[in-house]
Amino acid sequence: MTNGNFEPVIIGFTCNWCSYRAADMAGTARMKYAPNVRLIRLMCSGRLDPTFIFKAFAGGADAVLISGCHPGDCHYIDQNYKALRRFHLMKRVLTQMGMEPGRLKLLWASAAEGALFASEINKFVEEVRQLGPLNWQVPGEAVSIPTQKTQVEVTA
Amino acid sequence: MTTKPKFAMYWAASCGGCEIAVLNIHEKILDVDANFEVVFWPVAMDAKYKDVEAMEDGSILLTLFNGGIRNDENEHIAKLLRQKSKILVAFGSCANEGCIPGLANFTPIQEIVDTAFSTLTTENPDNIRPQTTYAMPEGEIHIPTLYPILKTLDQVVDVDYYMPGCPPESHQIAAVIDLVIQVLQGKAELPPKGAVIGVGLSTVCDDCKRTRNIKKIKQFGRIQLQHSDPELCLLEQGIPCNGPATRQGCGALCPAAGAQCIGCYGPAEGVIDYGARLVAAFASVVDSNNPDEIDQIMDGLVDPAGQFYRFNLAGSLLKGSLTAIRSISK
Repeated sequence: MTNGNFEPVIIGFTCNWCSYRAADMAGTARMKYAPNVRLIRLMCSGRLDPTFIFKAFAGGADAVLISGCHPGDCHYIDQNYKALRRFHLMKRVLTQMGMEPGRLKLLWASAAEGALFASEINKFVEEVRQLGPLNWQVPGEAVSIPTQKTQVEVTA
Repeated sequence: MTTKPKFAMYWAASCGGCEIAVLNIHEKILDVDANFEVVFWPVAMDAKYKDVEAMEDGSILLTLFNGGIRNDENEHIAKLLRQKSKILVAFGSCANEGCIPGLANFTPIQEIVDTAFSTLTTENPDNIRPQTTYAMPEGEIHIPTLYPILKTLDQVVDVDYYMPGCPPESHQIAAVIDLVIQVLQGKAELPPKGAVIGVGLSTVCDDCKRTRNIKKIKQFGRIQLQHSDPELCLLEQGIPCNGPATRQGCGALCPAAGAQCIGCYGPAEGVIDYGARLVAAFASVVDSNNPDEIDQIMDGLVDPAGQFYRFNLAGSLLKGSLTAIRSISK
C-alpha cells in the first residue's frame, strides 16, 4: 500500500500554559507546519484522562499527540509527571492490543518553543503517514461511544 | 388459565453462573413462581424457540438476558426476546460488557478457531473445520455461525435495564425481583429506562474494610507471589486491585477474602471506559518521575490489557484489540 496520498488525522492534546502557547507562538511567527493535527487545549496535561485517547482512537484518529510543560516546569507543580506515567501505561496497553507504539507521542514544549513544536509535528505526521491508517473500527458499524447510565440502588 | 405475568431467562455466550445465581436466591425463588409464569428458561425447563416465536409481541413481562452475542443464534434470540418482552434486562457481566467470553476480542477469529481445532492435543488429522450448513438426505442442516467479535446485548438490541456482576449477587437479584413484584402490586415504580439496577452508587473501595492511606507504589507484584497485609489496602501494597474503577454492589467480597478486585461489577458511575479509568488510577499512584524507573515499575503489571479489560473488552471504547478488529474485513 502506498501511503503517499494518505493524510493522517491526529488529535493533539496541549496544556494551557506551555504547549498551547508554543503552538500559538508557531502561529504568530507564521511558521508553516502540517495541518493534520487537531489541537485540543486542556488546562494541564495532568487533566488528560486516558478515556480521551481511547475515544480518539475509537473515533477514527490515526495517532494522538500528548504535550505539556517540560518536567519541572508544570504550572501545577508536578501534574505533567502524572501525564508521563499515564502515557507509559497507555502505550503498554495499546501496544499489547496490537497498535504500533509510534501512534502515541509525548512532547514537552515550553511557551518559547514554537519552532520545536512545529518541527516535531511535521516529523510526527510523516511517521504516522508511513504507518498508514489505523482503522480501529468494526467494519460496517457506526462509531458508537458508550453512554453513561444512571445507577439505581435497589436495596434488599 | 393463569393470568400471572410471564417471565423468561436466556443464556447466550455465558457460563451458566447467572442461572445459578438466580436459583441461589433461596426461598425467594418461590416468590418468582408465585408471581410469574415461567414461559422460557432453557436451563430450567423445556421450551422450544418456536414456542417463543409463536408468542404475542410484548407478552413476556420480564426477560433476564445473560450472555454476550457470539453467533447468529444468540443474535436471533436476543432480537426475538426483545420483540416479545416488555422489560429486557441485560443480566450479568456478559450481556452488559462482554465478560470472559469477550476476552476473545483480543484475538482474531481465525486464531481462535485454529486453537480449538488444530492444537497438538486435538486429534484432527484432516484439519476439519465446522461447516455452518450441510446437505443431508433429509434436507440442509445448520449450526450457528460464529461472529468475528463478541458483542454486548445493547450493541444488538435496545435494553431497558442493566444488571452487572459476574454473576450478580443473589441478594441484589432478590431485591430486584422484590421491586418488580412491588411494581406489579402498584406499591412501587420502575426505575428510569436505561438504569443500572441492583448496584451500589459508589465503587468497591467504599465497601472495602481495608485501611487506606496515601498510595505510593514503587513496585507492582502478583498476589500469589507475596505475603499481603490483611488489613492494608491491596493497591497500596502494589497488588493491582481494580476496586477504584469498579461499581459497588458485591460488598467487596474479594478484598475481604484476601484477593484483589478483578472488576466483575463493571465500570462505576461516570466511567465511560473501564480500562482507561484504571490506567489513570494506577499510573497516578506510581511513585516515580523518572521515565526509566516508571517503565521498570510498570513491568510489574505483566498483562496490563488483560488486567484492565478482563470483564469489559467488548463493552469498551475500542471493543477489541486492533489485531482482532483488523482481521474482520479480510
